Amino acid sequence: MIEHTKTEVLIATLARLLAGCRHVCVGAASPIPGSAALLARAQAGSALRVNLLGSRRHNFFTNGGVELFDCAAEGRIDAFFLGGGQIDGQANINLVGTGEYPTTNVRWPGSFGSAYLYFVVPRVILFREEHSRRALVEKVDFVSAPGTSAPGTYRPGGPCALVTGLAHFSFDRTRRRFRLESVHPGHSLEEIFDNTGFSFDKPECVPSTPPPDGESLALLRGLVRDELAETYPRFAAAAFPTPTA
Amino acid sequence: MKNVTISSLDDLAARVPDGAKLAIPADYSGVAMAATLALIRRGVRGLHIVTVPSSGLQAELLIGAGRVETIETSAITLGELGPAPRFVDAVKRGSVRLLDATCPAIHAAIQAAEKGLPFATLRGILGSDLMRVRKDWKTVENPFNPGDEIAAFPAISPDLALFHAPFADREGNVWVGRRRELVTMAHAARQTLVTVEAISDSSLFEDEGLAAGTIPALYVSSIAEVKRGAWPLALWGQYEADGAVLLRYVEAARTREGFERVLAEWLERLAVAAE
Repeated sequence: MIEHTKTEVLIATLARLLAGCRHVCVGAASPIPGSAALLARAQAGSALRVNLLGSRRHNFFTNGGVELFDCAAEGRIDAFFLGGGQIDGQANINLVGTGEYPTTNVRWPGSFGSAYLYFVVPRVILFREEHSRRALVEKVDFVSAPGTSAPGTYRPGGPCALVTGLAHFSFDRTRRRFRLESVHPGHSLEEIFDNTGFSFDKPECVPSTPPPDGESLALLRGLVRDELAETYPRFAAAAFPTPTA
Repeated sequence: MKNVTISSLDDLAARVPDGAKLAIPADYSGVAMAATLALIRRGVRGLHIVTVPSSGLQAELLIGAGRVETIETSAITLGELGPAPRFVDAVKRGSVRLLDATCPAIHAAIQAAEKGLPFATLRGILGSDLMRVRKDWKTVENPFNPGDEIAAFPAISPDLALFHAPFADREGNVWVGRRRELVTMAHAARQTLVTVEAISDSSLFEDEGLAAGTIPALYVSSIAEVKRGAWPLALWGQYEADGAVLLRYVEAARTREGFERVLAEWLERLAVAAE
């Protein structure tokens, strides 16, 4: 069996969720989703375009900061990653803070483009490495972007999955609920129940998240690490084991 | 034609009056850090900062130094280095008025001002608590499709835009390459102040390749030549961020005293550089 790190399992899981995409964008301060997009590109070849915000080399936008949003408005971005200090059982996300707004006792950076991209990008993948009851809550304190909208609202996009440090969930937009798809290697269903603040659906038998195969690991530790280092030097240096010669 | 002043850093900073609505770019775009320090040194007060669409160290310093009354932003973060400690502290203490936004709304509102329009509209955002806490944001009905609700935002007309670019020419034309949000900011703002790494003796319009990425002098009020003017942040295509200095900042700025110490050092460094 090939040795892999927990981070590499997350990257490979996110990369699988990008299957079939033609254009994927990754927001700022997102090294793990960025790695996943670069891995998916390495595997898909010229069939997949990737834009990493904050990168010069892996970003082909020429119309400034607004191009990402204009591009998404026209349906030209197939997938995007969003996170959240809090994510709730209806896929509402909070990037602002906890407690009474505006003097929140915990303050996060802010909503970024979430309130918009969540509506217009067809495949939004939620990623939050911390899987705990403070991160995955029943109801968020502040809705930066709602998981679902009333019928009649213009909304071609929305959440399709949630990946955490422990598990992979899919999201059913009609039922407005998450469904546990797999538990990452080394973790148990009991851990998921103990650390999730919302209720979710699950199959009778929950599979284990498949670990990255040898080809994926070789790409991650070579090409992807080198490509990522331009934007995330600290992460690229720390996240991947050095290939053994 | 010769309405652009090529000035010293302090003269440029003196053009920002107290209480000004000041538009600043995101960290990836070209941040006038030296000018920001000069602004703090000149004692500016009561700023309304508009981040286009987010900010990092620049907003953090201005807030930490107590120069900001209102912060209108989609996010303030130091990126890989984590939260901006003085921003977080100011929010918790309620010492800064917060206008939380989302990136495309800020871009659209700046574009509306550029076009002389009173407001901008955007898809999405309905059902976000931003619509609840931003009393100045409304929904309007699509006049061409009754029942179709759309989010609307008042135009943002900054008194000034301030940023750092690789170079300008002697006529005051400024090259920003593909950082088009800087073009939009300059169009929307009443005045635009730019620091540059270098001033070129030949006109940027002599080369069509350069002209395509150039803000014409018409939109530019004042330019100052400041080498490494984005330090300790990066300037795209020119230099990397000073990682060690940023790391030290984040550690020091956890406390008010640590922040004051670093700020004093940076102001001292600015004074030495000016000699």
